[in-house]
Amino acid sequence: MALTDIWFLLIAVLWTGYLVLEGFDFGVGMLLPIVGRDAIDRKVTLRTIGPVWDGNEVWLLVAGGATFAAFPFWYATLFSGFYLALLIILVALILRGIALEYRGKIDDATWHRRWDLVIVGGSAVPALLWGVALANIVRGVPMGADHEFAGSFFTLLNPYALLGGLTTLLLFALHGAVFLALKTHGDVHDRALKVVPPLGIASVVAAAGFLGWTQTLDGSWITWALAVAAALCLIGGLIASRLGREGWAFLGTAATIALASATLFTTLYPNVLPSTTDPAFSLTTLNAASTPYTLKIMTWVAVIFTPLVVLYQGYTYWVFRARLGRTDFPTPVQKVAS
Amino acid sequence: MDAIDLARWQFGIVTVYHFLFVPITIGLSALVAGLHTAWYRTGNTKYRRMTQYWGKLFLINFAIGVVTGIVQEFQFGMNWSDYSKFVGDIFGAPLAIEGLLAFFLESTFLGLWIFGWDKLPKKVHLASIWLVAIGTQLSAYFILAANSWMQWPLGYTYNQASGRAELHDFGAVLTNKVALVTFPHTIAASFLTGGAFMLGIALWHLLRRPGKHTDLFRPAVKLGAITTLVAAAAVMITGDIQAKIMTETQPMKMAAAEALYETSAPAPFSILTIGSLDGSKEIWSLKVPHGLSFLATGTTTGQVEGINDLQQAYEQRFGPGTYTPNVPLTYWSFRFMILSGVLAAAIALLALWRLRRPRPRATKWLIRAALAVPLLPLVGNSFGWIFTEMGRQPWIVFGLMQTRDGVSPSVGAGSVLTSLIVLTLLYGVLAVVEVFLLLRFAREVPAEADSSDPEAAEPAFLY
Repeated sequence: MALTDIWFLLIAVLWTGYLVLEGFDFGVGMLLPIVGRDAIDRKVTLRTIGPVWDGNEVWLLVAGGATFAAFPFWYATLFSGFYLALLIILVALILRGIALEYRGKIDDATWHRRWDLVIVGGSAVPALLWGVALANIVRGVPMGADHEFAGSFFTLLNPYALLGGLTTLLLFALHGAVFLALKTHGDVHDRALKVVPPLGIASVVAAAGFLGWTQTLDGSWITWALAVAAALCLIGGLIASRLGREGWAFLGTAATIALASATLFTTLYPNVLPSTTDPAFSLTTLNAASTPYTLKIMTWVAVIFTPLVVLYQGYTYWVFRARLGRTDFPTPVQKVAS
Repeated sequence: MDAIDLARWQFGIVTVYHFLFVPITIGLSALVAGLHTAWYRTGNTKYRRMTQYWGKLFLINFAIGVVTGIVQEFQFGMNWSDYSKFVGDIFGAPLAIEGLLAFFLESTFLGLWIFGWDKLPKKVHLASIWLVAIGTQLSAYFILAANSWMQWPLGYTYNQASGRAELHDFGAVLTNKVALVTFPHTIAASFLTGGAFMLGIALWHLLRRPGKHTDLFRPAVKLGAITTLVAAAAVMITGDIQAKIMTETQPMKMAAAEALYETSAPAPFSILTIGSLDGSKEIWSLKVPHGLSFLATGTTTGQVEGINDLQQAYEQRFGPGTYTPNVPLTYWSFRFMILSGVLAAAIALLALWRLRRPRPRATKWLIRAALAVPLLPLVGNSFGWIFTEMGRQPWIVFGLMQTRDGVSPSVGAGSVLTSLIVLTLLYGVLAVVEVFLLLRFAREVPAEADSSDPEAAEPAFLY
């Protein structure tokens, strides 16, 4: 396996980690008004992701950094080409992060309500746009021999990409609902379970359409197998949820997102950004890559530190493994002003 | 304005803004870790209350540092794609390593520290905040190594065929002499920032609410002031070494910092100049004879090259063009940087002196100084970076690539302007919210010492 292939794989892994982990953060954020009907329920809801969301988001930063280091031409063309779309994502991520951190700092209903709106919007927008972006990467963009993006913001809003956005939006919402069902008990748990079937059915339809359409781009038996496996995991997860096996249900939606991501990256390979102008102008793992020397150093760093990161992030999930409920948040006694 | 100017304004705004929060994070995380350690060792609840009080202010600040950091990671590709292509082989590696080694550490263990208050074994909980503090410093090292390569590129070969700089010695990039001195300088400045932050707020409490919670704020004033003073000394020493290395690596930046047009031996250090700085009419200036020679070369009579000679030398080396940075900006930002650091250290000294009495007198001036002292290092840090980056112009990578060649060719001025406006407005709103929260919590009194219920002190920490 060439170093460039290893790095394509690693970046796919980083993106997949990001989508699986931040996917349920987005889902929880979007479902906040639906599962959290009062102040305490909303606290319960947000606390499920409180200790981990920031660590989950770092997967994105490392995916971005790794793309810069391993495939600078991919990083340069993609980020300058998808400029306005990325700007919208950045603004949403900034607002959501601040909302999550600042919401609980002041105990005031209006303060909470405003930040809650930001959390919902700041979760839904990236959940939709990451799907649009990934679909466009796989589908390709107009690009000449200079490897510069030759389209506009609206080039990115094609039907295939929009279906991709809808798919990630629905899948992340479902993933969040299943996560909430696993991590809570009481009202939040019950309401989260209630939205699983409708979201599940919608996700199955959207994902089947999107992954099926993906096969027409550059399908092979491997991408078919991955797509079918994704669909099976999704259906399996929904059945597990129905049977009250919440751990398995979460594993199911996590595997669905991971396999869908694998389908996309396998379809993309060996390109990193195909050109719809002329396949000869596509950016590939070879013409977008850094030198073997850089890739070798980066491989060593990744091989040593990625397992370590997985280990201590895993530890975090273990520490905060307990289900949360209203009893964890006693109604605060009004303090006498000092 | 065209895309290049807009892209430069944007980089300046988002980077200076991001760096308002970063040094507070670096300095304060270590101070909070120190307080937490004191609590762990002594079991004294005073230290627990201090840990929580300063920890809360630290978290409010940290949040903005984190979210604005996302833009930092992405904007090279967005606005500077030709730069990214040219240097990606070298510059991308420290950036990716920063994420993998430092960002993961910081954010994961900060989550553990915030929410692990009653869930983690005490030792692990203490270790979490230390890992956060170490993470912030690791992050600083890798990003400074990347920046130092832009100041003094080495360990690479220029590949004619691919048209880019290619890495051949990563060790050289990580041990770049510019990085090795910029790192301690930046860390020291961060401790100065964190110390001044603590000093200012604690001093305000001590003066405005005499007799109340003295047990918490008196030690905080001391800790803050001593940190500020020690850090200021370290900033000066590292800054001095940095000046000598800068004279070697980027003599033009040093000459511009001093508005020294003619090569001189000995060269005086200019403290203030009234008049234009274009070398033509100097109305009045205050100079320390031999000062610049000593600063730049370590001897009182050493020769320092002037802007005119350097400009000529660069024209011979790189072809016709302007190789002189904006001299007034470089000159004044250098001075404002030094001045704000010195003022902060002076206030720290004054505060320590006044603290000899059990109840320091609350003079109007001391209260003003308490309010000013957290802001001074922020001014100093910002001007320090403005000096470093503007003094390198017209280069984006010194001697290799000019800034105007690094911009994204496919991004129009309209797009850059849009993102410039959106981000500036967003950052403005964030600043208002942050200052509102900081002031609110800074005024608040730490949780009661006799509260045996850990929950009572907890909620403000959490969501």
